[in-house]
Amino acid sequence: MKKVYAIEEYCLACHLCEYYCGFSHSGEQSMVKAYKKGSPQARIQVEEGSEVNFALNCRHCDNPICVKSCITGALTRGDDGVIRINTDKCVGCWTCVMSCSYGAIVRGHDEKKVALKCDLCTENGDTPACVEGCPNRALVFEDRGDAK
Amino acid sequence: MKYVIIGNSAAAVGCIEGIRKTDKSGEILLISDEKYATYSRPLISYWLSGKVVDKNMFYRPENFYEKNNVKTLLGVKVTAIDSASKVLTISDGSKVSYENLLVGTGSRPFVPPIEGVNECKNAVTFLNWDSAKQLKAMINEQSNVIVLGAGLIGLKVAEGLAGHVGTLTVVEMAPQLMPSVLDEAGATILQKHIEKSAVRFVFGDSAAKVQANELTLSSGKKLAFDVLVVAAGVRPNVELVRDAGGKVGRGIVTDDKMTTSLDNIYAAGDNVEAIDIVTGTRHIMALLPNAYMQGETAGINMAGGDAEFSKAMPMNAIGFFGMPMVTAGSYDGDEYVEKGEENYKKLVFKGDRLVGYIIINDVDRAGIYTALIREKIDLKGVDIELLKQRPQLMLFGKADRKRILAGGGIAE
Repeated sequence: MKKVYAIEEYCLACHLCEYYCGFSHSGEQSMVKAYKKGSPQARIQVEEGSEVNFALNCRHCDNPICVKSCITGALTRGDDGVIRINTDKCVGCWTCVMSCSYGAIVRGHDEKKVALKCDLCTENGDTPACVEGCPNRALVFEDRGDAK
Repeated sequence: MKYVIIGNSAAAVGCIEGIRKTDKSGEILLISDEKYATYSRPLISYWLSGKVVDKNMFYRPENFYEKNNVKTLLGVKVTAIDSASKVLTISDGSKVSYENLLVGTGSRPFVPPIEGVNECKNAVTFLNWDSAKQLKAMINEQSNVIVLGAGLIGLKVAEGLAGHVGTLTVVEMAPQLMPSVLDEAGATILQKHIEKSAVRFVFGDSAAKVQANELTLSSGKKLAFDVLVVAAGVRPNVELVRDAGGKVGRGIVTDDKMTTSLDNIYAAGDNVEAIDIVTGTRHIMALLPNAYMQGETAGINMAGGDAEFSKAMPMNAIGFFGMPMVTAGSYDGDEYVEKGEENYKKLVFKGDRLVGYIIINDVDRAGIYTALIREKIDLKGVDIELLKQRPQLMLFGKADRKRILAGGGIAE
Protein backbone atom coordinates (compact mmCIF):
# COMPACT_ATOMS: atom_id res chain seq x y z
CA MET A 1 0.00 0.00 0.00
CA LYS A 2 1.01 3.61 -0.46
CA LYS A 3 2.43 5.26 2.65
CA VAL A 4 4.12 8.52 3.53
CA TYR A 5 7.92 8.36 3.71
CA ALA A 6 10.33 11.02 4.87
CA ILE A 7 13.60 11.83 3.14
CA GLU A 8 15.62 13.32 5.95
CA GLU A 9 18.28 14.81 3.67
CA TYR A 10 15.65 17.17 2.20
CA CYS A 11 13.73 18.16 5.34
CA LEU A 12 14.10 21.86 6.21
CA ALA A 13 12.18 21.55 9.49
CA CYS A 14 9.78 24.21 8.22
CA HIS A 15 6.89 22.35 9.89
CA LEU A 16 4.58 23.10 6.97
CA CYS A 17 3.57 19.42 6.91
CA GLU A 18 2.24 19.86 10.42
CA TYR A 19 0.24 22.94 9.42
CA TYR A 20 -1.24 21.23 6.37
CA CYS A 21 -2.06 18.13 8.40
CA GLY A 22 -3.80 20.15 11.10
CA PHE A 23 -5.77 22.05 8.49
CA SER A 24 -6.69 18.92 6.57
CA HIS A 25 -8.25 17.44 9.73
CA SER A 26 -9.85 20.67 10.96
CA GLY A 27 -13.01 20.36 8.90
CA GLU A 28 -12.59 23.97 7.76
CA GLN A 29 -12.60 25.10 4.14
CA SER A 30 -9.94 27.75 4.50
CA MET A 31 -6.58 27.40 6.19
CA VAL A 32 -6.73 30.95 7.55
CA LYS A 33 -10.10 30.23 9.13
CA ALA A 34 -8.87 26.95 10.58
CA TYR A 35 -5.93 28.56 12.32
CA LYS A 36 -7.92 31.62 13.43
CA LYS A 37 -10.30 29.33 15.30
CA GLY A 38 -7.50 27.73 17.28
CA SER A 39 -4.57 25.55 16.40
CA PRO A 40 -5.73 22.37 14.74
CA GLN A 41 -3.41 19.60 15.85
CA ALA A 42 -1.18 17.77 13.42
CA ARG A 43 -0.92 13.98 13.18
CA ILE A 44 2.60 14.32 11.81
CA GLN A 45 5.54 15.51 13.88
CA VAL A 46 8.86 17.00 12.81
CA GLU A 47 11.92 15.94 14.75
CA GLU A 48 14.70 18.50 14.61
CA GLY A 49 18.28 17.40 15.08
CA SER A 50 21.63 19.10 15.01
CA GLU A 51 22.32 17.86 11.49
CA VAL A 52 19.13 16.44 10.04
CA ASN A 53 15.40 16.77 10.45
CA PHE A 54 12.54 14.54 9.46
CA ALA A 55 8.80 14.26 9.75
CA LEU A 56 7.12 11.19 11.14
CA ASN A 57 3.55 9.93 11.07
CA CYS A 58 1.87 6.54 11.46
CA ARG A 59 3.69 3.72 9.63
CA HIS A 60 0.39 1.80 9.20
CA CYS A 61 2.09 -1.39 10.38
CA ASP A 62 0.92 -4.72 8.99
CA ASN A 63 1.02 -6.08 12.50
CA PRO A 64 -0.17 -3.05 14.47
CA ILE A 65 0.56 -3.28 18.17
CA CYS A 66 -1.54 -0.15 18.83
CA VAL A 67 -4.67 -1.82 17.42
CA LYS A 68 -4.03 -4.99 19.40
CA SER A 69 -3.44 -2.99 22.57
CA CYS A 70 -6.39 -0.61 22.30
CA ILE A 71 -8.60 -1.21 25.33
CA THR A 72 -11.83 0.07 23.77
CA GLY A 73 -11.65 -1.16 20.19
CA ALA A 74 -11.36 2.43 18.95
CA LEU A 75 -8.30 1.64 16.82
CA THR A 76 -8.88 -0.57 13.81
CA ARG A 77 -7.02 -1.64 10.69
CA GLY A 78 -9.22 -1.39 7.60
CA ASP A 79 -9.22 -3.74 4.63
CA ASP A 80 -7.24 -1.01 2.85
CA GLY A 81 -4.47 -1.35 5.45
CA VAL A 82 -5.11 2.09 6.91
CA ILE A 83 -5.16 2.27 10.69
CA ARG A 84 -7.86 4.61 11.92
CA ILE A 85 -9.19 5.79 15.24
CA ASN A 86 -12.83 6.14 16.16
CA THR A 87 -12.65 9.22 18.38
CA ASP A 88 -16.15 8.54 19.75
CA LYS A 89 -14.88 5.32 21.30
CA CYS A 90 -11.46 6.56 22.45
CA VAL A 91 -11.27 7.50 26.15
CA GLY A 92 -7.73 8.89 26.10
CA CYS A 93 -6.12 6.14 28.20
CA TRP A 94 -2.95 6.46 26.05
CA THR A 95 -2.29 2.72 25.86
CA CYS A 96 -1.58 3.30 22.15
CA VAL A 97 0.89 6.06 23.03
CA MET A 98 2.62 3.59 25.34
CA SER A 99 2.63 0.88 22.67
CA CYS A 100 3.60 2.57 19.40
CA SER A 101 7.30 2.00 18.74
CA TYR A 102 7.43 5.06 16.50
CA GLY A 103 5.77 7.50 18.87
CA ALA A 104 3.39 8.25 16.03
CA ILE A 105 0.14 8.58 17.96
CA VAL A 106 -0.60 12.08 19.20
CA ARG A 107 -2.52 13.06 22.33
CA GLY A 108 -5.36 15.41 21.46
CA HIS A 109 -5.25 18.64 23.43
CA ASP A 110 -8.84 19.80 22.99
CA GLU A 111 -11.60 19.07 25.51
CA LYS A 112 -12.20 15.60 24.05
CA LYS A 113 -8.66 14.50 24.94
CA VAL A 114 -8.60 11.56 22.55
CA ALA A 115 -5.81 10.00 20.51
CA LEU A 116 -5.15 11.41 17.04
CA LYS A 117 -3.31 9.72 14.23
CA CYS A 118 -2.54 9.83 10.53
CA ASP A 119 -5.31 8.44 8.33
CA LEU A 120 -3.39 9.12 5.10
CA CYS A 121 -6.06 11.76 4.34
CA THR A 122 -8.20 9.01 2.81
CA GLU A 123 -11.30 11.04 3.64
CA ASN A 124 -10.00 14.21 2.05
CA GLY A 125 -8.21 13.43 -1.17
CA ASP A 126 -5.72 11.32 -3.04
CA THR A 127 -2.39 12.59 -1.82
CA PRO A 128 -1.99 13.24 1.91
CA ALA A 129 -1.95 16.95 2.76
CA CYS A 130 1.50 16.75 4.38
CA VAL A 131 3.04 15.41 1.16
CA GLU A 132 1.20 17.95 -1.00
CA GLY A 133 2.30 20.80 1.21
CA CYS A 134 5.96 19.89 1.59
CA PRO A 135 7.95 22.57 -0.27
CA ASN A 136 11.13 20.52 -0.61
CA ARG A 137 9.82 17.06 -1.50
CA ALA A 138 11.06 15.70 1.82
CA LEU A 139 7.87 13.66 2.05
CA VAL A 140 6.80 11.19 -0.59
CA PHE A 141 3.68 9.05 -0.93
CA GLU A 142 4.56 5.75 -2.52
CA ASP A 143 4.17 2.00 -2.46
CA ARG A 144 7.41 0.40 -1.39
CA GLY A 145 5.98 -3.10 -1.20
CA ASP A 146 5.74 -4.98 2.04
CA ALA A 147 7.90 -3.22 4.59
CA LYS A 148 8.62 -5.42 7.57
CA MET B 1 -11.79 -28.10 12.80
CA LYS B 2 -14.03 -27.26 15.74
CA TYR B 3 -12.80 -24.56 18.05
CA VAL B 4 -14.27 -23.79 21.44
CA ILE B 5 -13.40 -20.64 23.36
CA ILE B 6 -14.20 -20.21 27.03
CA GLY B 7 -14.41 -16.49 27.83
CA ASN B 8 -15.55 -13.43 25.91
CA SER B 9 -13.05 -10.68 26.59
CA ALA B 10 -9.77 -9.58 24.99
CA ALA B 11 -8.13 -13.04 24.88
CA ALA B 12 -11.23 -14.56 23.29
CA VAL B 13 -11.52 -11.80 20.70
CA GLY B 14 -7.81 -12.06 19.91
CA CYS B 15 -8.26 -15.82 19.49
CA ILE B 16 -11.17 -15.42 17.08
CA GLU B 17 -9.27 -12.87 15.01
CA GLY B 18 -6.19 -15.12 15.10
CA ILE B 19 -8.11 -18.20 13.93
CA ARG B 20 -9.83 -16.29 11.13
CA LYS B 21 -6.49 -15.09 9.71
CA THR B 22 -6.04 -18.55 8.28
CA ASP B 23 -9.14 -20.62 8.86
CA LYS B 24 -12.18 -18.84 7.46
CA SER B 25 -14.63 -21.71 7.77
CA GLY B 26 -13.87 -23.83 10.86
CA GLU B 27 -16.65 -23.91 13.45
CA ILE B 28 -16.08 -21.58 16.41
CA LEU B 29 -18.19 -21.80 19.55
CA LEU B 30 -17.71 -19.20 22.28
CA ILE B 31 -18.98 -19.88 25.80
CA SER B 32 -19.18 -17.17 28.46
CA ASP B 33 -20.90 -16.85 31.82
CA GLU B 34 -21.60 -13.18 31.08
CA LYS B 35 -24.66 -12.41 28.97
CA TYR B 36 -23.14 -9.44 27.10
CA ALA B 37 -21.52 -9.26 23.71
CA THR B 38 -17.80 -8.65 24.15
CA TYR B 39 -17.26 -5.41 26.04
CA SER B 40 -14.23 -3.60 27.39
CA ARG B 41 -13.62 -4.49 31.03
CA PRO B 42 -11.30 -1.50 31.60
CA LEU B 43 -14.20 0.80 30.69
CA ILE B 44 -16.42 -0.13 33.62
CA SER B 45 -15.08 2.73 35.75
CA TYR B 46 -15.70 5.14 32.85
CA TRP B 47 -19.22 3.76 32.61
CA LEU B 48 -19.68 4.20 36.37
CA SER B 49 -18.72 7.87 36.11
CA GLY B 50 -21.01 8.38 33.12
CA LYS B 51 -18.15 9.23 30.77
CA VAL B 52 -18.88 6.18 28.60
CA VAL B 53 -22.45 5.25 27.69
CA ASP B 54 -23.77 1.71 27.13
CA LYS B 55 -23.33 1.65 23.36
CA ASN B 56 -19.65 2.58 23.61
CA MET B 57 -18.87 -0.20 26.08
CA PHE B 58 -18.57 -2.79 23.33
CA TYR B 59 -15.09 -3.93 22.34
CA ARG B 60 -16.10 -4.95 18.83
CA PRO B 61 -18.89 -3.90 16.43
CA GLU B 62 -22.35 -5.44 16.76
CA ASN B 63 -21.85 -7.77 13.79
CA PHE B 64 -18.55 -9.14 15.12
CA TYR B 65 -19.71 -12.70 15.82
CA GLU B 66 -21.73 -12.90 12.65
CA LYS B 67 -18.93 -11.52 10.51
CA ASN B 68 -16.47 -14.01 11.99
CA ASN B 69 -18.95 -16.87 11.87
CA VAL B 70 -18.87 -17.47 15.63
CA LYS B 71 -21.67 -19.19 17.55
CA THR B 72 -22.11 -18.02 21.12
CA LEU B 73 -23.40 -19.69 24.24
CA LEU B 74 -23.81 -16.87 26.76
CA GLY B 75 -24.89 -16.91 30.39
CA VAL B 76 -23.65 -20.42 31.09
CA LYS B 77 -20.52 -21.69 32.75
CA VAL B 78 -18.15 -24.46 31.77
CA THR B 79 -17.85 -26.65 34.85
CA ALA B 80 -15.35 -29.27 33.69
CA ILE B 81 -12.92 -30.15 30.94
CA ASP B 82 -12.39 -33.78 30.02
CA SER B 83 -9.15 -33.50 28.09
CA ALA B 84 -8.99 -37.19 27.20
CA SER B 85 -12.34 -37.28 25.40
CA LYS B 86 -12.21 -33.53 24.52
CA VAL B 87 -15.59 -32.80 26.02
CA LEU B 88 -16.74 -29.88 28.18
CA THR B 89 -19.47 -30.05 30.76
CA ILE B 90 -21.73 -26.97 30.85
CA SER B 91 -23.60 -25.64 33.89
CA ASP B 92 -26.96 -26.47 32.28
CA GLY B 93 -25.91 -30.12 32.18
CA SER B 94 -25.17 -30.28 28.47
CA LYS B 95 -21.92 -31.46 26.89
CA VAL B 96 -19.87 -29.75 24.19
CA SER B 97 -17.04 -31.35 22.27
CA TYR B 98 -13.99 -29.54 20.91
CA GLU B 99 -10.96 -30.23 18.77
CA ASN B 100 -8.99 -27.19 19.93
CA LEU B 101 -9.89 -25.31 23.10
CA LEU B 102 -8.95 -21.86 24.38
CA VAL B 103 -9.29 -21.19 28.09
CA GLY B 104 -9.68 -17.44 28.50
CA THR B 105 -11.35 -17.47 31.87
CA GLY B 106 -9.66 -14.35 33.23
CA SER B 107 -9.71 -13.61 36.92
CA ARG B 108 -12.08 -12.94 39.77
CA PRO B 109 -11.95 -10.44 42.64
CA PHE B 110 -10.00 -11.46 45.70
CA VAL B 111 -11.83 -10.83 48.95
CA PRO B 112 -9.46 -10.97 51.92
CA PRO B 113 -10.55 -12.92 54.98
CA ILE B 114 -11.90 -9.92 56.89
CA GLU B 115 -14.28 -10.71 59.74
CA GLY B 116 -17.87 -10.08 58.65
CA VAL B 117 -17.12 -9.12 55.05
CA ASN B 118 -19.05 -11.98 53.46
CA GLU B 119 -22.13 -11.24 55.54
CA CYS B 120 -22.07 -7.51 54.79
CA LYS B 121 -24.86 -6.68 52.32
CA ASN B 122 -23.40 -3.34 51.26
CA ALA B 123 -19.94 -4.67 50.44
CA VAL B 124 -19.20 -5.19 46.75
CA THR B 125 -16.31 -5.94 44.42
CA PHE B 126 -15.58 -4.28 41.09
CA LEU B 127 -14.40 -6.25 38.08
CA ASN B 128 -17.13 -6.70 35.49
CA TRP B 129 -20.02 -4.71 34.07
CA ASP B 130 -22.58 -6.33 36.37
CA SER B 131 -20.55 -5.40 39.43
CA ALA B 132 -20.40 -1.80 38.19
CA LYS B 133 -24.17 -1.82 37.70
CA GLN B 134 -24.66 -3.21 41.18
CA LEU B 135 -22.44 -0.50 42.67
CA LYS B 136 -24.16 2.26 40.72
CA ALA B 137 -27.54 1.12 42.07
CA MET B 138 -26.24 1.29 45.65
CA ILE B 139 -24.89 4.84 45.70
CA ASN B 140 -26.40 8.30 45.91
CA GLU B 141 -24.96 11.77 46.41
CA GLN B 142 -24.92 11.39 50.17
CA SER B 143 -23.25 7.95 50.30
CA ASN B 144 -20.15 7.50 52.37
CA VAL B 145 -18.01 5.10 50.41
CA ILE B 146 -14.89 3.26 51.51
CA VAL B 147 -12.66 1.58 48.95
CA LEU B 148 -10.33 -1.13 50.24
CA GLY B 149 -7.17 -1.04 48.17
CA ALA B 150 -5.34 1.78 46.34
CA GLY B 151 -4.19 -0.33 43.42
CA LEU B 152 -5.35 0.12 39.86
CA ILE B 153 -8.90 -1.12 40.48
CA GLY B 154 -9.34 0.74 43.76
CA LEU B 155 -8.25 4.06 42.29
CA LYS B 156 -10.34 3.55 39.15
CA VAL B 157 -13.42 2.90 41.32
CA ALA B 158 -12.63 6.06 43.27
CA GLU B 159 -12.37 8.03 40.04
CA GLY B 160 -15.63 6.57 38.76
CA LEU B 161 -17.42 7.47 42.01
CA ALA B 162 -15.92 10.92 42.58
CA GLY B 163 -18.55 13.62 42.31
CA HIS B 164 -21.38 11.07 42.56
CA VAL B 165 -21.12 10.27 46.27
CA GLY B 166 -20.85 12.11 49.60
CA THR B 167 -17.47 11.05 50.93
CA LEU B 168 -14.83 8.80 49.45
CA THR B 169 -12.11 7.15 51.52
CA VAL B 170 -9.47 4.77 50.17
CA VAL B 171 -7.76 2.45 52.66
CA GLU B 172 -4.45 0.93 51.61
CA MET B 173 -2.23 -1.43 53.53
CA ALA B 174 0.98 -0.16 51.91
CA PRO B 175 2.40 3.27 52.82
CA GLN B 176 1.60 4.60 49.31
CA LEU B 177 -0.87 4.22 46.49
CA MET B 178 -0.29 1.80 43.57
CA PRO B 179 2.55 0.01 45.36
CA SER B 180 3.07 -2.52 42.58
CA VAL B 181 3.24 0.09 39.81
CA LEU B 182 4.67 3.34 41.21
CA ASP B 183 7.67 4.30 43.31
CA GLU B 184 7.26 6.58 46.32
CA ALA B 185 7.98 9.82 44.46
CA GLY B 186 5.53 9.05 41.67
CA ALA B 187 2.91 7.88 44.15
CA THR B 188 3.18 11.12 46.13
CA ILE B 189 2.59 13.26 43.02
CA LEU B 190 -0.44 11.18 42.04
CA GLN B 191 -1.81 11.16 45.59
CA LYS B 192 -1.69 14.96 45.86
CA HIS B 193 -3.46 15.21 42.53
CA ILE B 194 -6.23 12.78 43.48
CA GLU B 195 -6.73 14.43 46.87
CA LYS B 196 -7.75 17.62 45.04
CA SER B 197 -10.90 15.74 44.02
CA ALA B 198 -11.93 15.19 47.65
CA VAL B 199 -10.68 11.62 47.90
CA ARG B 200 -9.26 10.84 51.33
CA PHE B 201 -6.50 8.26 51.81
CA VAL B 202 -5.64 6.10 54.81
CA PHE B 203 -2.27 4.39 54.32
CA GLY B 204 -0.51 1.71 56.30
CA ASP B 205 -3.74 0.31 57.68
CA SER B 206 -6.08 -2.49 56.71
CA ALA B 207 -9.57 -3.77 57.32
CA ALA B 208 -9.94 -5.99 60.37
CA LYS B 209 -13.69 -6.23 60.88
CA VAL B 210 -16.78 -5.27 58.91
CA GLN B 211 -20.17 -4.65 60.52
CA ALA B 212 -23.32 -3.38 58.84
CA ASN B 213 -22.14 0.22 58.47
CA GLU B 214 -18.85 0.30 60.28
CA LEU B 215 -15.37 -0.74 59.32
CA THR B 216 -12.79 -1.39 62.00
CA LEU B 217 -9.19 -1.06 60.89
CA SER B 218 -6.24 -3.02 62.22
CA SER B 219 -5.12 0.11 64.06
CA GLY B 220 -8.42 0.09 65.96
CA LYS B 221 -9.70 3.14 64.11
CA LYS B 222 -13.38 2.95 63.11
CA LEU B 223 -14.84 4.34 59.89
CA ALA B 224 -18.55 4.58 59.07
CA PHE B 225 -19.70 3.67 55.58
CA ASP B 226 -22.79 3.18 53.45
CA VAL B 227 -21.00 1.25 50.72
CA LEU B 228 -17.77 -0.72 50.95
CA VAL B 229 -15.90 -1.58 47.75
CA VAL B 230 -13.37 -4.39 48.15
CA ALA B 231 -10.60 -3.81 45.60
CA ALA B 232 -7.87 -5.97 47.07
CA GLY B 233 -6.67 -7.55 43.85
CA VAL B 234 -7.71 -10.51 41.74
CA ARG B 235 -7.13 -14.25 41.54
CA PRO B 236 -6.77 -16.10 38.23
CA ASN B 237 -9.46 -18.59 37.23
CA VAL B 238 -7.22 -21.63 36.83
CA GLU B 239 -9.46 -24.33 38.29
CA LEU B 240 -10.82 -25.76 35.02
CA VAL B 241 -7.32 -26.47 33.74
CA ARG B 242 -5.97 -27.58 37.11
CA ASP B 243 -8.86 -30.01 37.64
CA ALA B 244 -8.29 -31.41 34.17
CA GLY B 245 -4.72 -32.18 35.19
CA GLY B 246 -3.03 -29.19 33.53
CA LYS B 247 0.04 -27.52 34.94
CA VAL B 248 -0.67 -24.46 37.06
CA GLY B 249 1.72 -22.21 38.94
CA ARG B 250 0.63 -18.72 39.87
CA GLY B 251 -1.47 -18.89 36.73
CA ILE B 252 -1.96 -21.48 34.02
CA VAL B 253 1.45 -22.44 32.63
CA THR B 254 1.81 -22.08 28.87
CA ASP B 255 4.66 -21.95 26.39
CA ASP B 256 5.24 -19.13 23.89
CA LYS B 257 2.66 -20.68 21.58
CA MET B 258 0.12 -20.42 24.41
CA THR B 259 -0.34 -24.17 24.66
CA THR B 260 -0.96 -25.57 28.12
CA SER B 261 0.48 -28.86 29.33
CA LEU B 262 -2.71 -30.53 28.05
CA ASP B 263 -3.06 -31.58 24.41
CA ASN B 264 -5.18 -29.28 22.23
CA ILE B 265 -5.81 -26.88 25.12
CA TYR B 266 -4.53 -23.32 24.91
CA ALA B 267 -4.83 -20.52 27.46
CA ALA B 268 -4.55 -16.74 27.27
CA GLY B 269 -5.26 -13.66 29.34
CA ASP B 270 -5.34 -12.82 33.04
CA ASN B 271 -5.48 -16.51 33.98
CA VAL B 272 -2.08 -17.22 32.47
CA GLU B 273 1.42 -16.74 33.82
CA ALA B 274 4.08 -15.67 31.34
CA ILE B 275 7.78 -14.93 31.30
CA ASP B 276 8.47 -11.26 31.94
CA ILE B 277 11.11 -10.44 29.31
CA VAL B 278 12.66 -7.79 31.53
CA THR B 279 13.23 -9.85 34.67
CA GLY B 280 13.03 -13.36 33.19
CA THR B 281 10.65 -14.44 35.95
CA ARG B 282 7.26 -16.04 35.49
CA HIS B 283 4.25 -14.14 36.71
CA ILE B 284 0.79 -13.02 35.73
CA MET B 285 0.77 -9.79 33.74
CA ALA B 286 -2.91 -9.03 33.70
CA LEU B 287 -3.08 -6.39 31.00
CA LEU B 288 -5.49 -6.09 28.13
CA PRO B 289 -2.77 -5.82 25.44
CA ASN B 290 -1.11 -9.01 26.69
CA ALA B 291 -4.46 -10.80 26.81
CA TYR B 292 -5.28 -9.84 23.22
CA MET B 293 -1.87 -10.78 21.87
CA GLN B 294 -1.78 -14.07 23.77
CA GLY B 295 -5.26 -14.88 22.49
CA GLU B 296 -4.32 -14.00 18.93
CA THR B 297 -1.18 -16.14 19.18
CA ALA B 298 -3.23 -19.07 20.47
CA GLY B 299 -5.78 -18.61 17.68
CA ILE B 300 -3.17 -18.62 14.94
CA ASN B 301 -1.62 -21.79 16.36
CA MET B 302 -4.98 -23.48 16.90
CA ALA B 303 -5.69 -22.95 13.20
CA GLY B 304 -2.42 -24.63 12.26
CA GLY B 305 -0.31 -21.50 11.90
CA ASP B 306 2.91 -20.69 13.67
CA ALA B 307 2.97 -17.77 16.10
CA GLU B 308 4.75 -16.95 19.33
CA PHE B 309 4.12 -14.39 22.01
CA SER B 310 7.34 -13.94 23.88
CA LYS B 311 7.39 -10.25 24.67
CA ALA B 312 5.25 -9.90 27.75
CA MET B 313 6.25 -7.32 30.30
CA PRO B 314 4.42 -5.30 32.89
CA MET B 315 3.19 -1.97 31.55
CA ASN B 316 0.41 0.42 32.37
CA ALA B 317 -1.10 3.37 30.61
CA ILE B 318 -3.56 4.80 33.02
CA GLY B 319 -4.82 8.21 33.95
CA PHE B 320 -6.51 9.39 37.11
CA PHE B 321 -8.56 12.56 37.33
CA GLY B 322 -6.96 13.93 34.17
CA MET B 323 -3.38 13.12 35.16
CA PRO B 324 -1.90 10.69 32.62
CA MET B 325 0.68 8.14 33.58
CA VAL B 326 2.62 5.46 31.74
CA THR B 327 4.90 2.85 33.28
CA ALA B 328 6.76 -0.14 31.87
CA GLY B 329 9.30 -2.79 32.74
CA SER B 330 11.31 -3.11 35.93
CA TYR B 331 12.62 -0.40 38.28
CA ASP B 332 15.69 -2.31 39.34
CA GLY B 333 18.80 -0.57 37.95
CA ASP B 334 20.50 2.80 37.53
CA GLU B 335 18.06 5.68 37.61
CA TYR B 336 17.76 8.90 35.71
CA VAL B 337 15.12 11.11 37.34
CA GLU B 338 13.43 14.40 36.46
CA LYS B 339 10.93 15.61 39.02
CA GLY B 340 8.63 18.62 39.19
CA GLU B 341 5.45 19.55 41.08
CA GLU B 342 3.21 17.56 38.77
CA ASN B 343 5.70 15.98 36.38
CA TYR B 344 7.79 12.94 36.94
CA LYS B 345 10.08 10.93 34.73
CA LYS B 346 12.22 8.05 35.83
CA LEU B 347 14.26 6.01 33.39
CA VAL B 348 15.90 2.84 34.67
CA PHE B 349 18.99 1.46 32.97
CA LYS B 350 20.80 -1.84 33.40
CA GLY B 351 24.13 -2.01 31.63
CA ASP B 352 23.54 -0.86 28.08
CA ARG B 353 19.79 -1.30 28.17
CA LEU B 354 16.73 0.62 29.21
CA VAL B 355 14.73 -1.74 31.44
CA GLY B 356 11.95 0.41 32.82
CA TYR B 357 10.34 3.81 33.15
CA ILE B 358 7.70 5.79 34.96
CA ILE B 359 6.29 8.93 33.35
CA ILE B 360 3.62 11.10 34.90
CA ASN B 361 2.00 13.81 32.79
CA ASP B 362 4.25 14.25 29.77
CA VAL B 363 3.67 10.80 28.31
CA ASP B 364 4.00 11.82 24.66
CA ARG B 365 5.74 9.24 22.47
CA ALA B 366 6.50 6.98 25.46
CA GLY B 367 6.12 4.01 23.10
CA ILE B 368 9.64 4.66 21.85
CA TYR B 369 10.91 3.95 25.38
CA THR B 370 8.64 0.89 25.57
CA ALA B 371 10.10 -0.42 22.31
CA LEU B 372 13.68 0.04 23.59
CA ILE B 373 12.77 -2.18 26.56
CA ARG B 374 10.66 -4.72 24.65
CA GLU B 375 13.23 -5.19 21.88
CA LYS B 376 16.16 -5.15 24.35
CA ILE B 377 17.96 -2.52 22.28
CA ASP B 378 21.66 -2.17 23.00
CA LEU B 379 22.09 1.53 23.74
CA LYS B 380 25.77 1.64 22.82
CA GLY B 381 24.83 2.91 19.38
CA VAL B 382 22.33 5.55 20.49
CA ASP B 383 22.60 9.10 21.78
CA ILE B 384 21.83 8.72 25.49
CA GLU B 385 21.46 12.46 26.05
CA LEU B 386 18.73 12.63 23.43
CA LEU B 387 17.13 9.56 24.96
CA LYS B 388 16.99 11.23 28.38
CA GLN B 389 15.63 14.47 26.93
CA ARG B 390 12.50 12.91 25.45
CA PRO B 391 11.50 9.83 23.47
CA GLN B 392 12.55 10.52 19.87
CA LEU B 393 13.78 8.59 16.87
CA MET B 394 16.62 11.06 16.42
CA LEU B 395 18.50 9.16 19.11
CA PHE B 396 19.28 6.38 16.64
CA GLY B 397 22.18 6.46 14.20
CA LYS B 398 21.56 7.20 10.53
CA ALA B 399 21.34 3.61 9.28
CA ASP B 400 18.96 2.49 12.02
CA ARG B 401 16.92 5.65 11.60
CA LYS B 402 16.50 5.03 7.90
CA ARG B 403 15.15 1.56 8.53
CA ILE B 404 12.87 2.76 11.32
CA LEU B 405 11.46 5.65 9.32
CA ALA B 406 10.67 3.22 6.51
CA GLY B 407 8.51 1.26 8.95
CA GLY B 408 11.08 -1.45 9.58
CA GLY B 409 10.76 -1.42 13.36
CA ILE B 410 13.04 -0.40 16.21
CA ALA B 411 14.80 -3.78 16.29
CA GLU B 412 17.04 -4.81 13.42
